[in-house]
Amino acid sequence: MSGHSTYQPQSKVLQWFEKRLPVGGLFHSSFVAYPTPRNLNYLWTFGGILSFMLGVQIVTGIVLAMHYTPHVDFAFRSIETVMRDVNYGWLLRYLHANGASMFFLAVYIHMFRGIYYGSYKEPREVLWILGVIIYLLMMATGFMGYVLVWGQMSFWAATVITNLFSAIPGVGDAIVTWLWGGYAVGNPTLNRFYSLHYLLPFAIAGVVVLHVWALHVAGQNNPTGIEPKSNKDTVPFTPYATIKDSFFLIVFCILYAWFVFYIPGFLGHTDNYIPANPAVTPSEIVPEWYYLPFYAILRSIPDKLMGVIALFASIIVLAFLPWLDTSRVRSARFRPLFKQFFWLWVIACIGLGWLGSKQPEGIYVIMSRIFTAYYFAFFLIIMPLLGIFEKTKALPNSISEPVLGAKA
Amino acid sequence: MTTVSSAEHTRRDFLYIATGAVGAVGAAATLVPLIAQMNPDASTIAAGAPVEVDLAPIADGQIIKVFWRSKPIYIFHRTKKEIEEAQKVNVADLPDPEADSARVKQGHDQWLVLIGICTHLGCIPLAHQGEYDGWFCPCHGSQYDTSGRIRKGPAPKNLPIPPYKFVSDTKIQIG
Repeated sequence: MSGHSTYQPQSKVLQWFEKRLPVGGLFHSSFVAYPTPRNLNYLWTFGGILSFMLGVQIVTGIVLAMHYTPHVDFAFRSIETVMRDVNYGWLLRYLHANGASMFFLAVYIHMFRGIYYGSYKEPREVLWILGVIIYLLMMATGFMGYVLVWGQMSFWAATVITNLFSAIPGVGDAIVTWLWGGYAVGNPTLNRFYSLHYLLPFAIAGVVVLHVWALHVAGQNNPTGIEPKSNKDTVPFTPYATIKDSFFLIVFCILYAWFVFYIPGFLGHTDNYIPANPAVTPSEIVPEWYYLPFYAILRSIPDKLMGVIALFASIIVLAFLPWLDTSRVRSARFRPLFKQFFWLWVIACIGLGWLGSKQPEGIYVIMSRIFTAYYFAFFLIIMPLLGIFEKTKALPNSISEPVLGAKA
Repeated sequence: MTTVSSAEHTRRDFLYIATGAVGAVGAAATLVPLIAQMNPDASTIAAGAPVEVDLAPIADGQIIKVFWRSKPIYIFHRTKKEIEEAQKVNVADLPDPEADSARVKQGHDQWLVLIGICTHLGCIPLAHQGEYDGWFCPCHGSQYDTSGRIRKGPAPKNLPIPPYKFVSDTKIQIG
């Protein structure tokens, strides 16, 4: 993508502007002429879907912020006002709440795609790590957004998650007090979470720009894991990828709309319709579904500090994938053993998610420990060893060769 | 994109135009709730419902202030002298010509109900002040008479009359 583009604007006005700030050329070379592997499947549409969802969350969030009051005495009530009095308030609220779930659904599919096809491997390591950073920012944003509702779950989730930091030896309690701005989760906490919840999505947007830039330096990966060899292997982004992305975005939005209009409360917890009561803890505290696997990992370790370390490690380990996986072959399509271990890992993730919603007792604890052990073993033991011992399938010479034969 | 002679319209052209049209409708539909949510919500509209004011406690010559839809409303129980002053004026000489009879309800000359927002830049004029025995706006010096009409100063229009009616001789409903 380096060097100036071949873009020539039509009108004199646009040419004048282009000479001074070549945004037209930048857009053209990034999203119109940009060479895209011709064999991408629908799993590659999720980058575009994620950008769209970030836009949706920001827009709905900004208009909701016009009606929300970030004070412990008024927060819950202000959201009920949005639901009942504000014109289309019910729609905006459900779009934002379910939008968060859809955002995470899309990011998990996007990440699973990356792991399956080896998109984190050389030369896309920085691209992958930027993705991990985006994911961490998303988790922080989502957590704080949920607290803003100031229902029972909001309050107690805030208490539990901020208390995680008390596990840090020595400075832990001071850090927690600093986070709270008081002696417990209270009004200062709510106010600062509101400020940061408004800020972080724009930080995400900035890292997304870097993420797309890093992507365009290396070019897209593709299902074979083989880099494009000639322009027979690629097509221009517009119209091919543009239309494919748009199509699947619409399919995705149908699922989104299904939740928003038919089952808007399905993914939430009914206890969050009870205003926060600092004196009473609900009988079960569960985070939203997208945090459940990590919740299960946290609770499966009997030691407080080690549990917290395991929780953070389960996300940070992702950043090391490019170096943990020693295989020279990128895509799981040609790695039969890796493929099986990968699907077992997916089952472990989903299993951990289910277990995160259960009370940590009896068989659930045992299963959580087994799945947690496998989760870490997949990254720390299996991936490094497979690179050395796995017999991979023969790679085709190019992307087009399996389809077009030797002529490609 | 392959070039096509402009004489033929292909299926692709139709698809592009149809998709573009549906997309434009979708974009417009998306804007509707985003823009509508900034309009007053149901609770604000409910709070703007008409208010009843009892006129009985208001003495001769007294001006009281009530609020309706967040606007200050002056209710003036005018004395005979003040009514005469208002009616005697040559309407054509006024900066904003309007007869006093057009600003009060028939048969209730002594009651003047107006919105106390200066028509210049929105300050609240002070009652019982100024050369014309009406109101004086301290912000830029506009002066209103006993009918609330602008006489002197930068304000362009008379103090507006809110919608109101007499539900009885001693009670009005504003709004």
